[in-house]
Amino acid sequence: MRKPTRWLALFAVLALVAAACAKNGGTTAGNGSTSSGPTLASFDPSAQGEGALNLIAWPGYTQKAWVRPFEQESGCKVSLKYGNTSDQMVNLMRQQGGTLYDGVSASGDATNRLIAGGDVAPIDTTSFPEYADVMQTLQAPPHNTVDGVHYGVPYMWGPNILMYNTNVVKTAPTSWNVVFDPSSPYAGKVTAYDSPIYIADAALYLKAHQPDLNITDPYELTQNQFDAAISLLKQQNPLINKYWAIYTDEIDGFENGDMVVGTAWPVNQSILVADGTVPVASVIPSEGVTGWADTWMMSANAPHPVCMLKWMEYSLRPAVQTQVAEYYGATPSNTASCAQLDKDLGKDAANYHCGDDAFLSNVALWKTPLSDCGDNRGSTCIDYATWTEKWLEVTGGA
Amino acid sequence: MTEGRLARVVIQAGAALAMAFLYVPLLLVVLYAFSKSIGFSWPPSLFTTKWFAVAFRDPDLMTALLNSLKAAVVATAVALVLGTLAATAVHRYRFFGRESVSFVLVLPISLPGIVTALALSSAVDQAHAAGLPLSFGIVAIVLGHATFCVVVVYNNVLARMRRTPGSLVEASLDLGADPLQTLYLAGTTQTLPLWIFNHIRLPVDRPIVNVVAMLVLIASIVPVWIAQRLAGGAEGEGVTAIGTPRGGAAP
Amino acid sequence: MLLASSLWRLNELSGQVEHVAGLQNYRDIVTGPLYRIVTRRTLILAAGVTIFDIALAFPLAYYAARIASARLRPLLLLLIVMPLWANYLVKVFAWKTIVAGDGPADALFRVLGLHIQLGTSVWSVWLALSYLWLPFVVLPVYAAFERVPPSYLEASSDLGARSWMTFRRVTLPLVLPGVVAGSIFSFSLSLGDYLTPGLVGKTIFLGNLIDALAGIAHNQPLAAAIAFIPMVIMAIYLLIARAMGAFEAL
Repeated sequence: MRKPTRWLALFAVLALVAAACAKNGGTTAGNGSTSSGPTLASFDPSAQGEGALNLIAWPGYTQKAWVRPFEQESGCKVSLKYGNTSDQMVNLMRQQGGTLYDGVSASGDATNRLIAGGDVAPIDTTSFPEYADVMQTLQAPPHNTVDGVHYGVPYMWGPNILMYNTNVVKTAPTSWNVVFDPSSPYAGKVTAYDSPIYIADAALYLKAHQPDLNITDPYELTQNQFDAAISLLKQQNPLINKYWAIYTDEIDGFENGDMVVGTAWPVNQSILVADGTVPVASVIPSEGVTGWADTWMMSANAPHPVCMLKWMEYSLRPAVQTQVAEYYGATPSNTASCAQLDKDLGKDAANYHCGDDAFLSNVALWKTPLSDCGDNRGSTCIDYATWTEKWLEVTGGA
Repeated sequence: MTEGRLARVVIQAGAALAMAFLYVPLLLVVLYAFSKSIGFSWPPSLFTTKWFAVAFRDPDLMTALLNSLKAAVVATAVALVLGTLAATAVHRYRFFGRESVSFVLVLPISLPGIVTALALSSAVDQAHAAGLPLSFGIVAIVLGHATFCVVVVYNNVLARMRRTPGSLVEASLDLGADPLQTLYLAGTTQTLPLWIFNHIRLPVDRPIVNVVAMLVLIASIVPVWIAQRLAGGAEGEGVTAIGTPRGGAAP
Repeated sequence: MLLASSLWRLNELSGQVEHVAGLQNYRDIVTGPLYRIVTRRTLILAAGVTIFDIALAFPLAYYAARIASARLRPLLLLLIVMPLWANYLVKVFAWKTIVAGDGPADALFRVLGLHIQLGTSVWSVWLALSYLWLPFVVLPVYAAFERVPPSYLEASSDLGARSWMTFRRVTLPLVLPGVVAGSIFSFSLSLGDYLTPGLVGKTIFLGNLIDALAGIAHNQPLAAAIAFIPMVIMAIYLLIARAMGAFEAL
């Protein structure tokens, strides 16, 4: 980027932030960048809700089973918009200056963009009685906490596992090489996640297999590390049957036999198991896995802030988190949910790693790649715009 | 008859092939409405009617259906007025730019849907930044449809095919084929196609979508049938006149 | 509006648009091989869909307009238009099922003894798009056939022309504008469609590229610049179509 543009950009962002603050005036939601310090939005159990709440959520995150009781309890009628990718969620949150939607279940590759864009409101997490029970790793993670200011409350998290059809893949794979190696026996039946963030999966693989690249963090890649990941992905392209962007794409692909192995969310596996058409299993390969931790964030210009804060409080409750976890196949952030999960699922609960900080800290959680590497390498890393551009080259076959 | 025997056989075979091509996928849609499994795997595991009950109980569906109906009626009215005015003007008067009217009217329907979507969403964002309270509600949906329908009416009126009450049929068209891709990028008001868009991708709900699609299809035949009755011995000209220019309106 | 935003660029950190004019985006398009490859691929697809649709529409329209009885004709037209009433997405999903592994298409090819697997290939996208736009092509062609005055044909045969000659010299030139009019629909709709390639196939086309940049990466400026590719193509196409008299046949 050229120098003058950067100054103009800064000015533009500041102007936007100022406008957002001015518009917000005396409501609960302030904005994080004013000189007097951020006004935190805090939950007040006695506040009267606005009667409505517009949420953007990952499909499966807001089922009637737990949304209805919330509506009855709070009087906030919930309208839902499903987001299918992180990028789409960011886009939706920004529509009409952020006045359309109250909140979003944002993953770590969306959260930092929303925070940097001034799109989401700082939150006083201490106002939620359940926050103390949140896992240590998720108390103030970098994907939703900037300079000690929180921008939301954690919901579910989970790893991107390696799923396979046990009829075809007879022995459990131990490495991601089944999806990356050109000589993979499953060539043509491999699937991968259709998002720029999948570049991190390639980087994680290279971190283990090409130590001379010195990859430290799969989201902070310098030019030659990034190039190596991209060429690995281009080499993987002929093996791919289809990249899945929507999770039903992968479910359909496995059910009709077009796909037999590839990266998956736990929910994909749960649905396949429940439908019973094909036998599937999953592993955590030796190279480790990427993963996601989702945060409920509130728009800086939310039309119904009280209802949104009520929803945040509700979403943190152990009973609700257990219910979501069992439906979605994800892991709760609230450790108080773990006992119930263990009781309900028996030995299957081990797959969830509920409350397991050691496991979670080994998952490379999604975050937005920035040119600032965040360490002594300075601003030599590749930013998300370039990730997107190169990802289109990978999937576009250029 | 001017065709030779062989030519007739070839044409008949071609026509039969084209009809088969049109109807096999629709048959599949109907089939999957009765599928027991939630996925669309082949062959479908028949037979259940449980999805019908689920569809009728869905409150979101009813809201979406109502919004679609409202949009359809208003868009049709707007298109009728504007299309008739434009056609009358071109037919009756000579004015500067008269030759370009049909070009200008055809342009929006031939623009790729994604381009229209981008332009619309960008326009709304800009308007909002400028402080205008323009939003992507039902108004935008109506506008989107009316743009396409104006051309329909314009062409029909100009061709003096006034025998057909196009409005009735257009109303039903709007239930089935929407500028979905346009509205998906920016829409917030739930209409039927958007409802389908959201639900066909949730594994638990998919057969319901087939039920709804099937019922809308059947329901849409009624107004067409009425239109044809009213058109009287027009030998299907009515259907042609109405059907043709939906081009741009499909996603 | 589109033109203006195609000159802006994206701020890296916030992902928001900076309103600073520049030709950077156009330079990216011209220099990036991706955009050339995808544009070429999209043009071939749109042309392929159009050709297939005309090949199917021609006999169907001919039959409906000239051979079918007066009683059968309205019913036939109704049947041609009816698929338009079915929801677009539902039809796309039906195609997805047809071409998927071990699906009906596979079974059919096996019976025919062919070793073809459509799966997520470009051919599947081609079939699905041809299916979606077929009615739009049939109707203008049908209307054109109807407009051919029977007296011309009689005159032609009275003058001693054989049926093939009549078809080539009289019918075809009169129907051609209708065919071109129909092709406007199939061509432009294929050019901009992004949901079908995304759902049925694995390959990305111009529409997917624009969608990915605007709807997903939120790089509206670059997306707007790319959106000019199909717009320019369509403008040229429409001018040619107008010269061929297709507008009267719409």
